[in-house]
Amino acid sequence: MELDLKKLNLRNVNDKLQNLDRKKNERDFTIINPEGNHAICAGLNNEMNVTIKGHVGYYCAGMNQKANITIEGNVGTGVAENMMSGKVHVKGNASQSAGATAHGGLLIIDGDASSRCGISMKGVDIVVKGSVGHMSGFMSQSGNLIVCGDAGEALGDSLYETNIYIRGKVKSLGADCIEKKMDKKHLNKLKKFLKDAEIKNFKAESFKRYGSARKLYNFKIDNSY
Amino acid sequence: MCGIVGIYLKNKKLNNSLGSLLAEMLINMGSRGPDSAGFAIYNDEKGEKFKYSICINNLDYENFKKELSEYLDDADIRKNSDHVILKTKKKANDVLKILKDHFKNTSLVGYGKSIEIFKQVGSPNEVVKKFNLNNYSGTHAIGHTRMATESAITTDGSHPYSTGEDECLVHNGSLSNHNNLRRKLKKKGINFDSENDTEVAAGYISNHLANKKNLKETLNDGLRDLDGFYTFITGTRNGFAVLRDEIACKPAVIAETNDYVAIASEFQAMAHLPGVNDAKIFEPEPGVVYSWGS
Repeated sequence: MELDLKKLNLRNVNDKLQNLDRKKNERDFTIINPEGNHAICAGLNNEMNVTIKGHVGYYCAGMNQKANITIEGNVGTGVAENMMSGKVHVKGNASQSAGATAHGGLLIIDGDASSRCGISMKGVDIVVKGSVGHMSGFMSQSGNLIVCGDAGEALGDSLYETNIYIRGKVKSLGADCIEKKMDKKHLNKLKKFLKDAEIKNFKAESFKRYGSARKLYNFKIDNSY
Repeated sequence: MCGIVGIYLKNKKLNNSLGSLLAEMLINMGSRGPDSAGFAIYNDEKGEKFKYSICINNLDYENFKKELSEYLDDADIRKNSDHVILKTKKKANDVLKILKDHFKNTSLVGYGKSIEIFKQVGSPNEVVKKFNLNNYSGTHAIGHTRMATESAITTDGSHPYSTGEDECLVHNGSLSNHNNLRRKLKKKGINFDSENDTEVAAGYISNHLANKKNLKETLNDGLRDLDGFYTFITGTRNGFAVLRDEIACKPAVIAETNDYVAIASEFQAMAHLPGVNDAKIFEPEPGVVYSWGS
């Protein structure tokens, strides 16, 4: 079913997708003329396929559960923020805070993601085929962040337990983020992510793994500068 | 909040539609800034005369015109709502003095050979209609929709701020060291009309440019001296430049095609531009100066 945002009200479109008529067996939707609108496909909670043809604004696919959402364009701030499950695939570039605080699911970005990608992520897996901006993975708690390009300043600052895999250069590491050994189990996991994101031209062995040094977990009375 | 927009035309065929392209951008950014709006339009006029954009507020236009002609014999005046465009060979200091001495209720919002600035309190939709922006043509333009944070909702508090001959500035964000900086700049002889933080940034830029620094050097120095959150667009006679602070909390997105370069706080401000879906679309990186035409 095609939904034209030039003709339909955004609120009605989201309402329709959030309250799918289960009796109808309609699970495939295409949204045209998104024209940079905010919060398109926010709060979907059923298995369905949605393709958005064009560029979208802020918080696209936020709070997603179970739905498979593809954006054929660029996305604004906070794509798939607080996603719980399902899959969000951005074919263009993403603005800042992509996948912020997301608990689960898979976020794939074919282009670059700007600053604070994966900020405070809580279990989501994020694959960026391009590069990420500064402070990516800031205070991230769980999940995996895979970047085929470079990472900006202060990567993984104050992170807890997220695994970060970067193939390119890292401008600088944030507080308590260190490079870690890539074990076989990490390689196997990474290979699966690369396969899921249909990345064939990069080998898992060409990535480096980063994670928490766990020195900020407890307050140390003798921490002084 | 606040919304900022700018468009620089590479293809001259679009010059006649500059006003209508910018108008739609401003209206779209009404959600980010409902309090006041303004815009600066550049055309490639290169006469000997300067153009002064003056807000006359509640003054009677015919009286103003008559009285002003007594002080300026070559005055050529055109009215647009509560603003007038005054053309004269007289230099800025002379015109400023005349306005200050004889027309207290007016304010000079900008001047130069090609720039015209209009700004007023009200929603972007109202402001665009008030000044008939749709009918304007030109080479490039920048605009602003304001959600007031640092100072009152007044014409003086609206953007763009003129920073010197054919220069202007719009700003999304807030500066935290503007009081200190204003004091320093006042000592160097720069005048300020409001308590607004952006006006200080504008003064900073004009002071630098007056000291023979180019726009790129000026903005790079600004990274060091201006403390706060900002995305700036600085217009010059030949183009414009964009700068975001290094934390980059304030948004900006750029769309470039063979015909134009457009910048806006959000993509939705550009969704109506011709061919934008096939444009090269990217976010300006933090702490990097981008410029076109200047």
